[in-house]
Amino acid sequence: MASSMLLNKSAGVSLGAARQGRSLRQAKPTSTTTAAVKDVFMPALSSTMTEGKIVSWLKQPGDKVSKGEPIVVVESDKADMDVEAFAEGILGSIVVNEGERANVGAAIAFIAETEADLDEAKKKAGSNGAAAAPAPAPAAPAPAAAAPPPPPPAAAHAPAAPAPAAPAPPAPAAAPRADGRIVATPYAKQLAKDLRVDLATVAGSGPNGRITASDVERTAKGGAAPAAAPAPAAAAPAAASAAAPAPPAPAKAAAGTTVSELRGTTKPFTTLQAAVARNMNESLKVPEFRVSMSIETDKFDALYKRLKPHGVTMTALLAKAVGAALASHPVMFASCTPDGNGITYNERINVALAVAMPDGGLITPVLKDADKVDIYQLSRNWADLVKRARGKQLQPDEYNSGTFTISNLGMFGVDTFDAILPPGTAAIMAVGGSKPTVVATADGLIGVRKVMQINITADHRIVYGADAAEFLQTLKAVIESPDQLLL
Amino acid sequence: MASFTAHSTKAQASLASSQQAKLVSARPQRSTVRCNASLPVSLDSRQLNQAVNRCIRVSRHVATRSSRGQRCAVVAMAGAKYDYDLVIIGCGVGGHGAALHAVEQGMKVAVIEGHDIGGTCVNRGCVPSKALLAASGRIRDMKNEMHMKSMGIQVGSVSFDRAGVAAHATQLASAIQGNLKRSLEALGVDILIGQAKFVDNHTIKYGLPGRVDVGGQVTAKDVIIATGSVPFVPPGIPIDGKTVFTSDHALKLEWLPNWVAIIGSGYIGLEFSDVYTALGCEVTFIEAMDKIMPGFDTEIARMAERLLIKGRPIDYHTGVIATKVTPGVPGVKPVEIELTDFKTKKVVDTLEVDACMVATGRAPYTNGLNLGSIGVETDRRGFVPVSEKMEVLGSDGKVVPNVYCIGDANGKYMLAHAASAQGISAVENMLGRPNVLNHLSIPAACFTHPEVSFVGVTQEKAEEMAKEQGFPLGVAKTSFKANSKALAEKEGEGMAKMLYRKDTGEILGVHIIGLHAADLIHEASNAIATKQTVQDIKFAVHAHPTLSEVLDELIKSAHVTPPSSSSNSSAAKAGAKQPVAA
Repeated sequence: MASSMLLNKSAGVSLGAARQGRSLRQAKPTSTTTAAVKDVFMPALSSTMTEGKIVSWLKQPGDKVSKGEPIVVVESDKADMDVEAFAEGILGSIVVNEGERANVGAAIAFIAETEADLDEAKKKAGSNGAAAAPAPAPAAPAPAAAAPPPPPPAAAHAPAAPAPAAPAPPAPAAAPRADGRIVATPYAKQLAKDLRVDLATVAGSGPNGRITASDVERTAKGGAAPAAAPAPAAAAPAAASAAAPAPPAPAKAAAGTTVSELRGTTKPFTTLQAAVARNMNESLKVPEFRVSMSIETDKFDALYKRLKPHGVTMTALLAKAVGAALASHPVMFASCTPDGNGITYNERINVALAVAMPDGGLITPVLKDADKVDIYQLSRNWADLVKRARGKQLQPDEYNSGTFTISNLGMFGVDTFDAILPPGTAAIMAVGGSKPTVVATADGLIGVRKVMQINITADHRIVYGADAAEFLQTLKAVIESPDQLLL
Repeated sequence: MASFTAHSTKAQASLASSQQAKLVSARPQRSTVRCNASLPVSLDSRQLNQAVNRCIRVSRHVATRSSRGQRCAVVAMAGAKYDYDLVIIGCGVGGHGAALHAVEQGMKVAVIEGHDIGGTCVNRGCVPSKALLAASGRIRDMKNEMHMKSMGIQVGSVSFDRAGVAAHATQLASAIQGNLKRSLEALGVDILIGQAKFVDNHTIKYGLPGRVDVGGQVTAKDVIIATGSVPFVPPGIPIDGKTVFTSDHALKLEWLPNWVAIIGSGYIGLEFSDVYTALGCEVTFIEAMDKIMPGFDTEIARMAERLLIKGRPIDYHTGVIATKVTPGVPGVKPVEIELTDFKTKKVVDTLEVDACMVATGRAPYTNGLNLGSIGVETDRRGFVPVSEKMEVLGSDGKVVPNVYCIGDANGKYMLAHAASAQGISAVENMLGRPNVLNHLSIPAACFTHPEVSFVGVTQEKAEEMAKEQGFPLGVAKTSFKANSKALAEKEGEGMAKMLYRKDTGEILGVHIIGLHAADLIHEASNAIATKQTVQDIKFAVHAHPTLSEVLDELIKSAHVTPPSSSSNSSAAKAGAKQPVAA
């Protein structure tokens, strides 16, 4: 009959029993058995079964069990079957609870021969659970002891923000639902069960804070920190106090990675990379256009040389110039409403500047009120921001509150490039290198001036060509007569 | 007629007026009719329609008659008193099946269709959904790396184009619709366009709202109501066609919501869960009954749950009804579904999903037939009451002469092929050959991966029958795991089960879940329909290796012990060999 094909003779299953009564008797336990306490292990109910799920325990701890008595219903990949006890005694403790899974051969409960052995059975359950923890995921369900410390949900997401898309980080991710309900998709629930993740500790990134499968996976990975996965662990600045030595680790790892090591390998994104990728995809929804202009920088450079001894940096000076120019063009630091039906004019001119991180990340520290704060203070602020950014100690407000972004690749000798607009802002400015260029001057002569290329990428839903052009005109005026920046 | 012949050729005049005349080939005549139909003539549209229709019909009848000798008698008779022998209201699979059989029996037939030729099945049901299932099934297969690997196949990344999958379904529906229409035309069945209304039990008025150029009135000796059904939507559920929709919209596959709640876990819901999960969506079932897949045999349902629900991104809520559904905006605002306990009537949960599909069954489409004019009232849900011979019953419970109702409209067994079988039965009855369709011989199938199919009664029902009627019940089971062909396909999941009378060998029901179960069920349904017993079909030979051997093994493992031969010992012996549930 067909059912004979269902079952594999090995793995401690009595075939005859299965055939007649759909119940199974375990063969004699092979190992880890002391005289007084015997373990009940997950039987192989079919040739293809690698793990089984406990449907229900027919006996509870403390119940007497006799040989051949069904004690547990196990669901394999094929069927639900009763599993019989192989030994007489008292069910001491259950290691794998109802609804949980265990690998074939893993202990799921312990049977004590006498009441005197009960304590030992319980102890065994504890130690077995702990010992089994490092084993392949769904095995050995250590009660409490092996439960991964739930990572604070905020920690998992905080580092996600420092993408170039600073003003619009995957913010909803971190925001729990206002009503406190947990809404998780069917697959997320299954995964949470399998990976032993408490859904209450998972921040949902889906619509209205819904928890998706990837949220659960991310949390599970974060929770499994001691095992491996240095990336997500390190990317938790919020946990910095607890794990102070952590941050340098990935940096070193990154530095130590040679090109040849990378060849032919595929590496999953780190949290930060994933956030960048997500933001980049998000940006495709915005109709972007670009306007560029050449600006002479001789006077600007001269000013910079003059101020440098006072601690003024080029970056701050540039931010200041942009801030001053933005003041008369409110639409350039506005944002399109999320529903695409209006313009939100921002109160403050917060200039975000993209900074490459040593370990390959990208962060956008924000110089707030670049139009109002004086150039010296702005420079000091910038120095502070950069220092703390490298230590991954920025507060979210310090990298996601920008209302206009500058990306500068001038120091690499880049002439001109094209930046991607961070979602939630109106424009980003790509700054090329300033270099001596032969120009026809206004008075009809040929001269050599230092010229840099500025390229604005803007959201055409709210910024039109003329808006961007007018802003560039103002900026050109500011940079070409920079003395006003000192006022 | 006369006014028409005035505008037509001589050949046609003679053709139109001489139904009995044995004319030669029909082809040239038919083409002349077509030419004429497009001529600007001074007839009013109704007359023209009728005249043209009649002309086409006559020419075809002559053609069919030339090959089918003596049937002209019937035609001639009809011609004398009625326009047609039979008018069928509704041209779905049921109407089509009835029309084919009626023509075969020499009747003069017209169908009246108010919407799409082919009805629900072809346009918004079984046919396009099979296209979606075929495409998504392959996607599921190819995405199952482990399965592919186990056969030594390596698959790169698998991707699909939603619009392409959707187009496949639309194209299939229109192709089948075309086939259906042509098959009717080729047989000389007149297709009248419009929504039908009874004037009396021999007269039907038809027309389309707002159109004066279509419609008319026809008379027929017999009338079949085959108007079918529409998706049933429970009160409190507003259908917006975008985020809250029925199978009608879902078949268009206009978008793929990340998370779909499906209200109802019957065939329609299950099939769509199969499509949606293969295409990467997650599904939540909402079922009012206490268990999921309530219509299935319990054991089959348990296996179906393991094969079709667990291990897929599906969860479910049972014993609850969706009392309030608030549509959302795709990608912006989720759909909210308020769940109320079916028994306590208390709100127990609120779901937030991206879309909600309502698959709570189908409601008969019998409005507007003016059934009152023939003294008929539909039941509370709108079904037309019928006798077992498919004769329509009046409000007084008596048969309304010459009016029949088949298919979803009578609610006896809401499946396309059941409608068709009922149509054939109705035609037999109108020809004076009493015929009662055995609904227990009609197979049903759910085209998930793997498929589920059954015919006859469930084990629960069979046990009840055995107890009541006092016969010994036999239960035979086989597994697909023992089938070489299934194993070759690496699709060994599944089982077949047969319920039979141990004393007589009568087959009461067969249930299959597994690879191609829908195709395998027919051996069993044919046996039941032709009243073959287990002993009769035991000696049938099945090609090896084929999936049909699953049934071969099933039948061979059944043991019949006629009560005459020392019943005690042999019954005990059979009992030992066979799991008996009675």
